[in-house]
Amino acid sequence: MSPQPTNRPATSYDDGATRRTLKVPRLRRRRGQLELTRGQSVLQGVVLGIGAIVFLFPFYYMLIGSLQKSPDTSIAGAFPNPANLTGSNYATINSGINLFTGLLNSGIFTGGVVLCTVVFGVLVGYALAVLQWRGRGVTFGLALLVQIVPFQLLTIPLYVLIARDYGLADNYLGMILPFAINSTAVIIFRQYFLQVPRELFDAARIDGAGEVKLLLRIALPLVRPALVTVILITFIGPWNEFLWPFLITKNASMQPLAVSLANYISNVANSTANPFGAILAGAVVLAAPVVLIFIAFQRYFISTDIGAAVKG
Amino acid sequence: MSKLSVSPRAGAAPVPPAGGGTHPKPRRALKLRVFGRNPIGWILSAPYLVFVLAIFAYPIGYAVYMSFFDYFFAAPGAQVDRPFIGLQNYVQLFSDPAVLQSFANVGVFLLINVPLTVVLSLLLATALNSVVRFATFFRVSFYVPYVTASVAVVGVWLFLFSGSGLVNHLLGPLAPSPSWLISSAWAMPTIALFVTWKQLGFYILLYLAALQNVPKELYESAATDGAGKIRSFFSITVPSVRPATVLVLLLSTVVGANLFTEPYLLTGGGGPNGASTSPVLIMYQQGIEQGHPGYASAIGIVLVIGVLIVAFIQNRFAGGKKS
Repeated sequence: MSPQPTNRPATSYDDGATRRTLKVPRLRRRRGQLELTRGQSVLQGVVLGIGAIVFLFPFYYMLIGSLQKSPDTSIAGAFPNPANLTGSNYATINSGINLFTGLLNSGIFTGGVVLCTVVFGVLVGYALAVLQWRGRGVTFGLALLVQIVPFQLLTIPLYVLIARDYGLADNYLGMILPFAINSTAVIIFRQYFLQVPRELFDAARIDGAGEVKLLLRIALPLVRPALVTVILITFIGPWNEFLWPFLITKNASMQPLAVSLANYISNVANSTANPFGAILAGAVVLAAPVVLIFIAFQRYFISTDIGAAVKG
Repeated sequence: MSKLSVSPRAGAAPVPPAGGGTHPKPRRALKLRVFGRNPIGWILSAPYLVFVLAIFAYPIGYAVYMSFFDYFFAAPGAQVDRPFIGLQNYVQLFSDPAVLQSFANVGVFLLINVPLTVVLSLLLATALNSVVRFATFFRVSFYVPYVTASVAVVGVWLFLFSGSGLVNHLLGPLAPSPSWLISSAWAMPTIALFVTWKQLGFYILLYLAALQNVPKELYESAATDGAGKIRSFFSITVPSVRPATVLVLLLSTVVGANLFTEPYLLTGGGGPNGASTSPVLIMYQQGIEQGHPGYASAIGIVLVIGVLIVAFIQNRFAGGKKS
């Protein structure tokens, strides 16, 4: 469909870094919209600056609030006051919900989903991009269709099937199953495999390589960036998922952290001395892994693949 | 290269050296017709296709089936009578004030969330598209809420928007009473605001991708004709990113219809007086807490049909023929 990204996802946005090292003035002139008057670029800075504050402040406030001995909601409370700082909220939340178990469950759930996503995604993406077989078009159509099936329609029947009929409530398999296939990943892998020159495959076939060997030895190493992208953009889904694990885990020792924290917010928090402190401490523990990984690998998240995959 | 061999579906791919000669063996021809040139494609895709059938196609059919029955839970394997009741679940749904209110609430949500999402994400994406310094910093900060768990950021919003929270401290006498999340007038708008903030980064990204594809020559010729920045924004940028706008409309509508976590946690399960219930929340209460999955399925089907209608209307008015 639309022109697909190269296998260096970050470049198309990376004006800042790459263009500056090139001859900037000429490029700037060509890119019409970069010629801003002084007033316009001040306005642009103000808009973006306000945006950044609005987006980042709650995270800053989360951290501050999680460290306050007593909740300080005055304006001064937004600035750290050494006299009011403590780590005890983290101890409180850890006695209310077992943070380690929650993190472990989140990790197992997320790991299982990512593993299934990558294995199925690679196999189907390769078959769709490289092989000629009957039903290829139908399969690709299905992958596009599955993306627009709304989960709310599936919630109840999946609950009946998985929790009641198959008896997989409070079970990792039951948590993972509905997310085991991910059509976005299929489409991303297909786009990457399409860019591998066909001659490589043909040459290897002449040398007698089978399709599985071709996939593992030639295709997969060439699309390593796609692997990283898919792993990074699919792991945030199960890590942050609430509704499904909430439905099928009643046993606290099986709940991912998002579920146990949510139960803490709605049931337990009000009976503690500093409910917001404890909630925010839990929120920091839940948010920190994703936010840190996101910042470290941000160029993979902010690639055109995501847009391309959603557009199909 | 375009010499097509036996199979009419052989496509433009180079003909592999083995088969496809002038005299294909009959057995191979049959195989080609049934499976295509590389039957292994079937084998590689089989697990995926099985999963699509098992966890998408079958549950959808099952939802439709259940919605026509007085379905209830029983011990696995037990023989129970679940009578066919025709459209009774659907009739009940349209006369249930709680369900009707939840649909109205989604309407309020969409009226606030969708326009706000489109305007803010296009505005921020446009500003971001021409920024030279700190571009990465801004992109990261806009995208951070999107990658973070709703449950985690809900905690901060509860803190910020509570009766004596920071927002009310800043507003002083302007603070609404009763406060945001416990006021039946403000609960749903506050949730809509939360979701807009949470999801905006993703839509900014979609618009950024679309803006990269707008030909620069259009802006140049507009500038030559004397158009200012604002004029060229409305005459060039807005029409050029129309396909992205259609997508943003569709996705934000789907997100709105899926609303569950936010009313469940921000307003303690849809309060006050049901002012912030959502259909998915009612589905959860009816289907799982109260054991009427047939009724809950009917609500889900009506909800999905509603989304399809809204999406169709949006596409009709925003889509046009250009893409």
